[in-house]
Amino acid sequence: MPTLGADMQAGTLVEWRKQAGDRVARGEIIAEVETDKGLIEIEVFTPGVIERLLVAPGEQVPVGTVLAIIREDGTSAETGAAEQSTTSAVVAPAPVSTAAQAIPPAVAPPPTAALPVAGTRVRVSPAARARAAELGIDLSTVVGGGPRGVIEREDVERTAAVGEGRAGAAPAGAPPETATSERQTRMRQTIAAAMARSKREIPHYYLAQTIDMQRVTAWLGDANARRPVTERLLAGILLIKAVALALREVPELNGTWSEEGARLRSDVHVGVAIGLRQGGVVVPALHDVDRRTVDDLMQGFRDLVTRARRGSLRSSELSESTITVTSLGEQGVETVFGVIYPPQLAIVGFGKIVERPWVVAGQVVVRPVVTATLAADHRVTDGHRGGLFLAAIDRLLQTPERL
Amino acid sequence: MTRDEMQATILRVLGEIAPEADFARLDPQVSFRDQLDLDSMDVLNFVIGLHTAFGVDIPEADYAKLATLEGCLEYLQVPCAAART
Repeated sequence: MPTLGADMQAGTLVEWRKQAGDRVARGEIIAEVETDKGLIEIEVFTPGVIERLLVAPGEQVPVGTVLAIIREDGTSAETGAAEQSTTSAVVAPAPVSTAAQAIPPAVAPPPTAALPVAGTRVRVSPAARARAAELGIDLSTVVGGGPRGVIEREDVERTAAVGEGRAGAAPAGAPPETATSERQTRMRQTIAAAMARSKREIPHYYLAQTIDMQRVTAWLGDANARRPVTERLLAGILLIKAVALALREVPELNGTWSEEGARLRSDVHVGVAIGLRQGGVVVPALHDVDRRTVDDLMQGFRDLVTRARRGSLRSSELSESTITVTSLGEQGVETVFGVIYPPQLAIVGFGKIVERPWVVAGQVVVRPVVTATLAADHRVTDGHRGGLFLAAIDRLLQTPERL
Repeated sequence: MTRDEMQATILRVLGEIAPEADFARLDPQVSFRDQLDLDSMDVLNFVIGLHTAFGVDIPEADYAKLATLEGCLEYLQVPCAAART
């Protein structure tokens, strides 16, 4: 069971799309898994032949559980210890309490990973243990939000508060919570854990720059007037592309943080924050943004939003982002003060494109402008580099035809 | 296509974009954006859906006319009437 972002603890296998004996290629979808974020399609990372499926449909298993064994191409079926070296698991085993070193560094280590699992050790701080005893909370029901999933005092108190909230909200004889509302509660808790970890561990610094969008809106209006409706672009896709290209100039904002320090990435996979109307947010990745055309990105973005709303994202989309972009201008917000999504190094926010007085060559004129903000990890970069990054975004947006 | 059929088609398209929406309480004169919390991508997908369902080309400048259910019915009336004749 892969960890699909910083806020996942377990998943339920819904359906196998392949059977034992089937040949699978890299990127092929092998299974569907139900998570807090809806149905996720699990992709194969190693081509080969499926040797065994280890989890039955309907079973809920923690992150790190091996779902299936794939025999890699060029190896023959063997038994015993040899099998370990000739086969690869669909998902590498990553016992949740020690997940940080077992999962690939590009994957968000689950901050909420202390989901109690038989056979794994749940780590609990002494203060949390005492508080749990005081409140009568079973520690196996608490999700750890501390470093490496350690259960801390506040996690115990949050669990207690959620328990009271539920009890208070449900009148006697009320039907049990629906699966959807339970999922929302879990999503809320896990977002809380990821964001609390971010605020606790990442020393954020914040910058903002107002950008003239005259050229972007003019170019976009002209381009869209000549395009059929199915091929039209949104300003947001130009902003995302500009971010990706600016990262080539300030690459130390693109990557992830681990105990060893920053791990910078040459690929730019932009996590795009998509708010769900029922509550919660998902941040699936648009892959290789710096290398794709805006038309290709637009199709990819449309597809992502549609599937995020429907609840059918893919495993690679939820675990590979190297930076996040969030646009909150839909309802009028002008400035976003982002919280970095661990273990990433930065989050870029865009507000609404609004008309404002703007000085051009000594004259006050009306211009569409957008406020771009950066929240970045001070352990890796300083404000000067962050400022260069925002300036690069501004400069790139002045030649939208080259994006 | 009758007005009722047009409305049913519009709501079907909308339902694909906002499957959680309760259309029984939809005010035909208030914008979908305000009632259903749609964003720019939802609006674009809605216009694409109308384009596919009604076979009409919709310039970007006309998006504002499609903001409400009544607006949609009025906007699509002409091409639908033309299709009948």
